[in-house]
Amino acid sequence: MPATDPAPAAGAARRPARARTARSGWVRFAVALVLAVAAVFPLLWMVSGAFRTPDDVFSPSLLPAHPTLHNFSYVLTQVPFPRYLLNSLIVAVVVTVVALFFHSMAAYALARLRFPGRDTVFVLIFSTLLITFPVILVPLFLIVHTLGILDSYAGIIIPSIFNAFGIFLLRQFYLSLPKELEEAAIVDGCGYWRVYWKVILPLSRPVFAALAVLFFLANWNAFLWPMVVTTSTDLSLVQVGIAAFQQQHAADWNFSLAASTISALPTLGLFVIFQRRIVESIKTSGFK
Amino acid sequence: MSRRSRERLAAGLFLAPDVLGLALFVGVPMVVCIVLGFFQVDGFGGYTFIGLDNYRRMFADPLFLGSLQTTLLYLVVLIPGLFVVSLALALLIRQKFPLVGLFRGAFFAPNVISLVVIGLIWKFMLTDQTGFAVRVLGFFRISSPSWLGSPHLALWMVVAVTIWFAMGYYMLIFLAGLQDIPREYYEVATIDGASLWQQFRHITWPLLKPTSFFILLTSTVSMLTGGIDLIYVMTSGGPANSTSLIIYYIYEQAFVYGEYGYASAIGAFIVAILLAWSVGLFALTRGGRFNDARD
Repeated sequence: MPATDPAPAAGAARRPARARTARSGWVRFAVALVLAVAAVFPLLWMVSGAFRTPDDVFSPSLLPAHPTLHNFSYVLTQVPFPRYLLNSLIVAVVVTVVALFFHSMAAYALARLRFPGRDTVFVLIFSTLLITFPVILVPLFLIVHTLGILDSYAGIIIPSIFNAFGIFLLRQFYLSLPKELEEAAIVDGCGYWRVYWKVILPLSRPVFAALAVLFFLANWNAFLWPMVVTTSTDLSLVQVGIAAFQQQHAADWNFSLAASTISALPTLGLFVIFQRRIVESIKTSGFK
Repeated sequence: MSRRSRERLAAGLFLAPDVLGLALFVGVPMVVCIVLGFFQVDGFGGYTFIGLDNYRRMFADPLFLGSLQTTLLYLVVLIPGLFVVSLALALLIRQKFPLVGLFRGAFFAPNVISLVVIGLIWKFMLTDQTGFAVRVLGFFRISSPSWLGSPHLALWMVVAVTIWFAMGYYMLIFLAGLQDIPREYYEVATIDGASLWQQFRHITWPLLKPTSFFILLTSTVSMLTGGIDLIYVMTSGGPANSTSLIIYYIYEQAFVYGEYGYASAIGAFIVAILLAWSVGLFALTRGGRFNDARD
């Protein structure tokens, strides 16, 4: 269709612009409402199912007929679920803290220091984004085996730390900082470590908050690597625990849904609190 | 020590942890993956060099070829579907109207839940005879098929769930792209009497090309290599291997059958495909930087 097609243009122009936007606003609102309900419905269904009795779990009504907390108390007492939750918490927190630390160091060097081969190093780091975790699962497993850290916290945690995504985002942020910030400090004889620690890190707080939420979510939700690298159930992370529980108790949907709800609550909570930061960090990750 | 060499030394030390870590846990595995593809690995840790035998075996393995075909079909439907749905959502909520932030949150919410839980919820909703989907269709007196039990349907259920899960994420990236388009363009177009479709066709679409490029590239990479968790929980690759995507097949070969060499050969094959796709897309769209070609 050519840009200057006159027929619809004349028709549209005749209607008052304000009335048209107001009406299209309501149409948008209605469509968005229907789609939003459809988007969150499965999650509501999970939460609702977690409060149901076994007889009621397949009932098509949205609210449980006889709401019960028994499913929650069952998975928290009869299954080592608290242990799984604790394992996930430890792993997610340690990976997040260490990753932020290492990534900000690397990003600081890449953005603010001059050294030969800087662009090459950056491109090499960046290109690792194409090699995703599942593809190198087998060799990674063999390397971790060789290092002797299979079936240990170290085995779960260490390979999960290294991801170029965080380095990239932090580098973008550091590039945007004004040069004068550290120049004065360096002229005064501050070492680079002092500059990083005293100037760069305090400025990084907002971007750290966003990345911390993303890292925490990713590691709390991780399944494949933790499953492959651990064999003892003492080290099971929560997602591995849920999948195994569901396979053993395939018929007891009320229990599985309660376990799922427990594991999803922290992530939904983080999302509600940090929504704005998450949205901003995802937008900036779109190569801007 | 001169200031310049001090700066170099500092840079090296700052970079060391991440560079060593990435080398050891991404770079080395990649090389090992390629090398291992030429070996047969037995269960006791014995390695035998077998040249291209794993690759010959791949193209004679009906299960591999089947999963290759399934993966292609899956991507051909999923990638455009995800693209259209997330772009439509972004266009729908780009303007401010009441509760728009809440709607944005609702579309994104599935994305913060683990794929294990997502797979489990949908398996529950699509269960034969008693599941939610069966009840809803039953209310309208329509008998429902076996959603996850039918080889013709299960893959499309996985596609639908994946779109539902991932749409909020790509919607946000589209929104960022849309925000970069100057508002004046639309104002001028409205004054000139351009219809909404004309505005989309001549302003939004061409100026959104860099974003579209980015989304096509990243969604293909993550959809081709991700989602094992979802399949593991929802269908375990079945029924009749109908949801056994390549990445799931690799996992099965390695960790169910202990075929490390064979699995590595398939992994190297996927990386080669991804590389070709990225280079091809880059060449085709000149890196997404051709928004100056129009106007």
